[in-house]
Amino acid sequence: MAATIQGIGATAYSVNSDRFQLPSLRSFSESKGRFFALRSEGKVIGGSRGRNVSPLVTNAVAAKGESATASTSAKPGFNVLFLLRHEVLLFEALREGLDEEMMRDPSVCVMGEDVGHYGGSYKVTKGLAEKYGDLRVLDTPIAENSFTGMGIGAAMTGLRPVIEGMNMGFLLLAFNQISNNCGMLHYTSGGQFKIPVVIRGPGGVGRQLGAEHSQRLESYFQSIPGIQMVACSTPYNAKGLMKAAIRCENPVILFEHVLLYNLKERIPDEEYVLSLEEAEMVRPGEHVTILTYSRMRYHVMQAAKTLVNKGYDPEVIDIRSLKPFDLYTIGNSVKKTHRVLIVEECMRTGGIGASLTAAITENFHDYLDAPIVCLSSQDVPTPYAGTLEEWTVVQPAQIVTAVEQLCK
Amino acid sequence: MSCAFLSVNIAQPNPLTSNRHSTNAIKLFSPSFLGSTRKLRPHSLSKSLPSPSKSLRSSVFAVSDVVKELKSNLLITKEEGLELYEDMILGRAFEDMCAQMYYRGKMFGFVHLYNGQEAVSTGFIKLLRKDDCVVSTYRDHVHALSKGVPARAVMSELFGKTTGCCRGQGGSMHMFDKEHNVLGGFAFIGEGIPVATGAAFTSLYKRYVLKEADSDAVTLAFFGDGTCNNGQFYECLNMAALWKLPIVFVVENNLWAIGMSHLRATSDPEIWKKGPAFGMSGVHVDGMDVLKVREVAKEAILRARRGEGPTLVECETYRFRGHSLADPDELRDPDEKAHYANRDPITALKKYMIENKLVNESELKAIEKKIDEVVEDAVEFADESPLPPRSQLLENVFADPKGFGIAPDGTYRCEDPKFTQGTAHV
Repeated sequence: MAATIQGIGATAYSVNSDRFQLPSLRSFSESKGRFFALRSEGKVIGGSRGRNVSPLVTNAVAAKGESATASTSAKPGFNVLFLLRHEVLLFEALREGLDEEMMRDPSVCVMGEDVGHYGGSYKVTKGLAEKYGDLRVLDTPIAENSFTGMGIGAAMTGLRPVIEGMNMGFLLLAFNQISNNCGMLHYTSGGQFKIPVVIRGPGGVGRQLGAEHSQRLESYFQSIPGIQMVACSTPYNAKGLMKAAIRCENPVILFEHVLLYNLKERIPDEEYVLSLEEAEMVRPGEHVTILTYSRMRYHVMQAAKTLVNKGYDPEVIDIRSLKPFDLYTIGNSVKKTHRVLIVEECMRTGGIGASLTAAITENFHDYLDAPIVCLSSQDVPTPYAGTLEEWTVVQPAQIVTAVEQLCK
Repeated sequence: MSCAFLSVNIAQPNPLTSNRHSTNAIKLFSPSFLGSTRKLRPHSLSKSLPSPSKSLRSSVFAVSDVVKELKSNLLITKEEGLELYEDMILGRAFEDMCAQMYYRGKMFGFVHLYNGQEAVSTGFIKLLRKDDCVVSTYRDHVHALSKGVPARAVMSELFGKTTGCCRGQGGSMHMFDKEHNVLGGFAFIGEGIPVATGAAFTSLYKRYVLKEADSDAVTLAFFGDGTCNNGQFYECLNMAALWKLPIVFVVENNLWAIGMSHLRATSDPEIWKKGPAFGMSGVHVDGMDVLKVREVAKEAILRARRGEGPTLVECETYRFRGHSLADPDELRDPDEKAHYANRDPITALKKYMIENKLVNESELKAIEKKIDEVVEDAVEFADESPLPPRSQLLENVFADPKGFGIAPDGTYRCEDPKFTQGTAHV
């Protein structure tokens, strides 16, 4: 078990979370590389303004047979590693992850529009073309469908491309390739060809970017069989998920958010890879389970501050894995709190929240004391006007109201 | 930080009315690649490669001229001739058997037969090495057979049996074979062209990034006339020419896209002309003549292997049957069908070989008999093969089945014992 010290920072957009991944005891673990196992003795670690918490069961999936006693015998010397961290912005964390994987495996390459000489429209690939060359960081023409298909063909023949959509919305043009080839080729070829691509890009509602640049594609892609979808929300999990996605043999779609690229956090110097299928416990609690992902995590944490002041104790889980859902973490939480609130940026209709509601109802119906509440964006093309845009997405005040309603 | 970006110095795309004998090969647009050491794309490398003794014909030309030049010599040896003949007979016999089996209820769904177009498949694919890749469309049985996929595997796949090349999971339109580098089999037209471009990209990448100096695998992308009005076609022509990918785009222009005549669908029906618009050679060839196709293919494949970029080859061909076995084929003019039936590629090759005293009738008969047995054996094998069991249902969805996620009890869903039975809840 690992401990999480969560400081709820003064600004909703700065995160101080130290989260450590144990070397997994699972027999199926594919995580290679050096992990550092840090067993916190429950002390508040540098910089966190948060509470002094005792070791909590926050690692989503406890390895079989692991007991509470085993984990707390920390060697004093290990704590030194806590200090070996460096501050990064989220886009830098993504770049670090990408850079490390490209150094490690020469078959990892990047392709997309303006990823090379321009450095990426959000600077995620800045400097990589100079380091690895124009062929490994390929500037493509504006032909999403074709260069996504090209990435898939390259993956089938031995490379591991990271395909960037300049904005996730542009990948709608690549839907043919993503659905038919990316998702299905492994199956229709009888398992002969694998497609280890990572398709990534920024999506979500930004600051008055207009309807077409503010799309949430996770809801469109979720039905495609054969792909995995993850959404990053902090520099720490951005780097970890990027690395995990590149190492994964399945096609993975990594959703980033336009507004989160400048988040700052201190992340470990040591190499780490996160699990693609696990959710992240952001704030343990007792009264209500709030499930969220990507940018809405910050709205939820802002609302959580208000809720705590009002005497509520929400448990906040960043589901991270949009497909498949980590029903273990979610289930354990539901069994504890009996109330679920889903806060997402997807549209009301057919979004991730809708699927999650169905999954929880199906699996944990008996544990629910109240119907699941799902707060999503309005089924409206995102308007340009700032005020209208604000009303299409879920705001902290609505979250507070919803929790109060739920906990009546 | 500015990189020394090779300025876009587009060479004049090959002039349409070219002097075919210009020995100064027209410099195709060189891509602006910088290796990690900032050196230019190694032109020195291409210079050290053997250049053809004949001038590089990167311009548009008619194949009949090629044939005239070689008139004095035969185009093929006896062995080559027999190989070509056998491959075409295999394609024809196999497809005829497919039709029989379909009407007997052994295979279902959409089955698209290749009768009449064998010259294209044989002419091109028999020149490839094992590590070269082939990408096709839904009309892919014969491409797979020509590339070397056993007839048994293809027939089993069509019957939906577990011994099929894709374990019965792909079907007629999804023929894949890793060993022989058949990259599919795609149901939507145009869908395979980017995949082929990707395979060609890998070949280039292996050469220049992974420094495998002998990486020169070529990819062939086969598709039809209907696809040539599709965006993916043009996007890939652009990228292939831009980066000089080792790919050959083979258009099997059989004049019909189900019931839509090529002339009714296309503003400029001469597809080969679209190559030079992107800076690559465009060639038109009589696709009913396997020897002509083979000559054009030789040059196109060699060009790709030398790193000089893609070629667009338009093969004028014809399918004797309907678009699929469900197509009543009422729109096509019987005269047109008769015209092409008279140009049956198999008959043509047979005539050529006998007239040029390469073979005698009995040798050809022996081949036909042998192929009959191969096809019969394939059917028998497929008939006797087992159907896929329930346990196969959830396999192969993911290369790494952890992708099914974590179940409520904390274990990965793929660890559930019912997963291997195909009844697990995923």
